[in-house]
Amino acid sequence: MSSLLRLATAGSVDDGKSTLVGRLLYDTKSVLADQLDAVQRASVDRGLSTPDLSLLVDGLRSEREQGITIDVAYRYFATPRRSFVLADTPGHVQYTRNTVTGASTAQLAVLLVDARKGVVEQTRRHAAVLALLGVPRLVLAVNKVDLIGYDEAEFTVIAKEFAGHAASLGYPEGSVLTIPVSALHGDNVAVRSENTPWYSGPTLLDHLENVPVAPDPHDAPFRFPVQYVIRPRTPEHPDYRGYAGQIAAGTVRPGDEVVVLPQGLHTTVERVDTADGPRDEAGSGSSVTVLLADDLDISRGDLIASAADRPVVTDEFTAALCWLSSTSLRPGARVLVKHGTRTVQAFVDELHSRFDEQALSTVEDPESLELNEIGSVRLRLAEEIPVDDYSHSPRTGAFLVIEPKNGDTLAAGMVGERFAKLGSTA
Amino acid sequence: MTALSETSETRETGEARAAAADAARDNLTALESEGMHVFREVAGEFDRPVILFSGGKDSTLLLHLAIKAFWPAPVPFPLLHVDTGHNFDEVIEFRDRMVAQHGLRLIVAHVQDWIDDGRLTERPDGTRNPLQTQPLLDTITEHKFDAVFGGGRRDEERARAKERIFSLRNAFGQWEPRRQRPELWNLYNGRHRPGEHVRVFPLSNWTEADVWNYIARERVELPSIYYAHRRKVYRRDGMWLTEGPWGGPRENETVEELTVRYRTVGDGSCTGAVESTAATVEEVIAEVQASRLTERGATRADDRLSEAAMEDRKREGYF
Repeated sequence: MSSLLRLATAGSVDDGKSTLVGRLLYDTKSVLADQLDAVQRASVDRGLSTPDLSLLVDGLRSEREQGITIDVAYRYFATPRRSFVLADTPGHVQYTRNTVTGASTAQLAVLLVDARKGVVEQTRRHAAVLALLGVPRLVLAVNKVDLIGYDEAEFTVIAKEFAGHAASLGYPEGSVLTIPVSALHGDNVAVRSENTPWYSGPTLLDHLENVPVAPDPHDAPFRFPVQYVIRPRTPEHPDYRGYAGQIAAGTVRPGDEVVVLPQGLHTTVERVDTADGPRDEAGSGSSVTVLLADDLDISRGDLIASAADRPVVTDEFTAALCWLSSTSLRPGARVLVKHGTRTVQAFVDELHSRFDEQALSTVEDPESLELNEIGSVRLRLAEEIPVDDYSHSPRTGAFLVIEPKNGDTLAAGMVGERFAKLGSTA
Repeated sequence: MTALSETSETRETGEARAAAADAARDNLTALESEGMHVFREVAGEFDRPVILFSGGKDSTLLLHLAIKAFWPAPVPFPLLHVDTGHNFDEVIEFRDRMVAQHGLRLIVAHVQDWIDDGRLTERPDGTRNPLQTQPLLDTITEHKFDAVFGGGRRDEERARAKERIFSLRNAFGQWEPRRQRPELWNLYNGRHRPGEHVRVFPLSNWTEADVWNYIARERVELPSIYYAHRRKVYRRDGMWLTEGPWGGPRENETVEELTVRYRTVGDGSCTGAVESTAATVEEVIAEVQASRLTERGATRADDRLSEAAMEDRKREGYF
């Protein structure tokens, strides 16, 4: 049984990210002969002597013409131990929204720097965004280490500087690893390099295969947004009434005491059902159907939660927004908030501050929030919803901000004071 | 390597709870849960969804996930097949049997009808795959479908690597890369304007190996032509094509009887068989693992047209 690791990559332009991703695909034999043929042909056409592995991953024609990546692309590779879903995110300043997208589902992020340049502004910005989104583990891949002559001293300076930055973002020691690599030559990507005898850590692929995957603590409180009410009303199942959903956090067992929110109704779990039969227990990420002991009026948008440790039910909260739209946000904006399986109308009452992810400090009372900026706001909702602090339960602390008229996604939202933690030790 | 070892915290928690969480992290179970979540989101938020169903393996897998997502209630959507008329008999038989077995409603859009009344013209090469787009879009408009499930996977082709799970299409059915919304967490935004619709891809994160491993685990039945069988075939453009209503071998092409199977099933005129003795799902898995060609590269003439072939067809409204 192999497990699944979702990871994201981020880096500045020209750090060689496409080459690194291409190298991971190539070295795990995830590239098949016809794809490689196409890359070889294209490389020859461009007058290159060796195949350009970045061509494996540069997808759209418009990008190939410009030689840049313009959107999150998903890549798949696997080893006998693990399958990987890799969100490959572009590195330009204006595409922070892609980093946010990739980071929202990532259990680990690989940040790239050019060994000759070390940690640059982009690296710090990206690391701050990854911390804000709560990506639990970081890898700093110091690429092009061949171009600094595989020099240990230069590598160590970069590793130390990054470790300091990551610590100030709240990353505990042990959650960050720095690896010297050359994506072009393959050093320490899948194969241990003979050029870096001073490096005793794992290769990048080793690390990805072995790093513990903890989507959330096993003892997190149960959270279950109701997606759909299953009522067959068939001769075989005349009275079946089940609540279908994907467990957002925690685990559930028959007999567990739960509360249905926002109504606040108490009941117990009678059965945890699946098409393969009832389950003794189901954990976070599982799509199941929950049957309750009492006949209650529950519909899509409601949340079934642990009675002992329940979320706050409120129509007002503070949240961080990563603004993803070219239309700017101003206080008083009327928006839609999609939280779990419920969408409600909302006002952005106040714009408290804008986060400067370079200085890890905040700018108070900004006039607006622009594309790719991150701010702290006060939201007022048309109705009460059950929310958790994002740092406590990401999937029930996360929400989308949607433009009511054209339906565009304007922002990624996270409930709580997210900046205090990021800036506290800066 | 101390940083990589399990923390004491993890060990101290109840073993049963840890086991449940581990099971949910199993690759195939995680993909299945994600797919079911997508089906249920669409059922909760759209008025008129439809599942594209050709009887091929990816659409059969889609149907399997839909059945599991709504069990024990029936699947709350109809199926739609855009029929090029260039079908394998085994696949049509399988399609109709699945529909009957699960009590589903099937809508068939026959490409032939569009050719007969002049809305489409047969191509000189006889291939009908590119002709599916118009009947698909017309049928979506006619039935006012607002969500259309497809079996597309991001690992199939480079242009698909950037596809969203919820892919917004304009009133002309076109995909505009720049208008696609960021997809955050598992929160999907399916809002669309009247006349627009959303293509939904619950299998986005599956690879060909995942599909086959899951088919084996769940014992999903597929049309027989996915497994090795004897068939009369002839060589064209480096592929083994078979005789059919789409035309047969040309004068210089000789027919041979070989043991083959199909890795993908599409329009008969441009879907090639591969030589294979893999007669069971386990043998197919072994073959897929050893394969040095992508399934589209190996068997689909329509994707060989140009480097950007898929990107162009997607913009036109193809899946």
